[in-house]
Amino acid sequence: MSVRAGIVLFPGSNCEQDCARALGSLGAETRIVWHQEKELSDVDIVVLPGGFAHGDYLRTGALARFSPIMEAVCAHARSGGLVIGICNGFQILCEAGLLPGALRRNVNLKFLCKWTSAYVDNSTTPFTSRAGAGRSLRLPINHFEGNWYCEAAELEDLRASGRLVLRYAENPNGSLGDVAGVCNEDFNVLGLMPHPERACEALLGSEDGAVLLGSMLDHVGAGIRSVPV
Amino acid sequence: MSYSAKVDVMLKDGIADPQGQTIEKALPALGLTGVSEVRVGKSIVLEIDAPDRDEAYSRVMEMCDRLLANPVIEKFEVTIA
Repeated sequence: MSVRAGIVLFPGSNCEQDCARALGSLGAETRIVWHQEKELSDVDIVVLPGGFAHGDYLRTGALARFSPIMEAVCAHARSGGLVIGICNGFQILCEAGLLPGALRRNVNLKFLCKWTSAYVDNSTTPFTSRAGAGRSLRLPINHFEGNWYCEAAELEDLRASGRLVLRYAENPNGSLGDVAGVCNEDFNVLGLMPHPERACEALLGSEDGAVLLGSMLDHVGAGIRSVPV
Repeated sequence: MSYSAKVDVMLKDGIADPQGQTIEKALPALGLTGVSEVRVGKSIVLEIDAPDRDEAYSRVMEMCDRLLANPVIEKFEVTIA
């Protein structure tokens, strides 16, 4: 049976089809889940895609956190299911309290749309098992608020526990600790600013995104859950 | 009673404010010198029905805690008129 991924569509999301195509090409069954839905029990992986959920009004991700589907997303995460938030999805996960920190405006006040290299600093997570430790991934970024921040003491805790999973080779946005992606305590929720779904085909300039997305499929396929259900 | 409330949300002290820095750099170009420590925030105004001023204040504080500000990076002040 193939792995089933639910991709949440908020009003203003714009990367859901890219996520569906990339995950589909890796062998997953995908379903676009409207944010007013309340049920995610039929999927193994939840994806919060990029875009501008609810217009990014007030703060990025601040209003999406209250969409009806988010209760199911939190329940899925609590039960050990995999959740990945990409770009705006990362911002939503931080606002929802599923991930630490917050995303601020980029230091140079520039909307960034470019290729970056990000190192995998922890290759033992469900999201990075296909990467060797220290491997550099070529992934595109496309954001205005990617400048991740948390308190200094918390940063050290996160670093020591291996939760700062992805780190920019050259910091593009001012993100504290060069953080490009961070995991929750149980390593079943990942938020990252780079877009792996846009780097899964050689024609698009990189296939490194498949390392991250494919790792998730391996994890589910192996029947491993990081937290007992 | 209906009360007018004003919420001022600012980045916490010590958190870099690129908008403030950009404005600070732009002002001297207009000949407006001697400016420092520019910080940019946002104001949210609202009307709230509450039995008294204290209740209005505590309800708006709850709004700040739960939605209007992000405690990781922002601080806020509530004024009830």
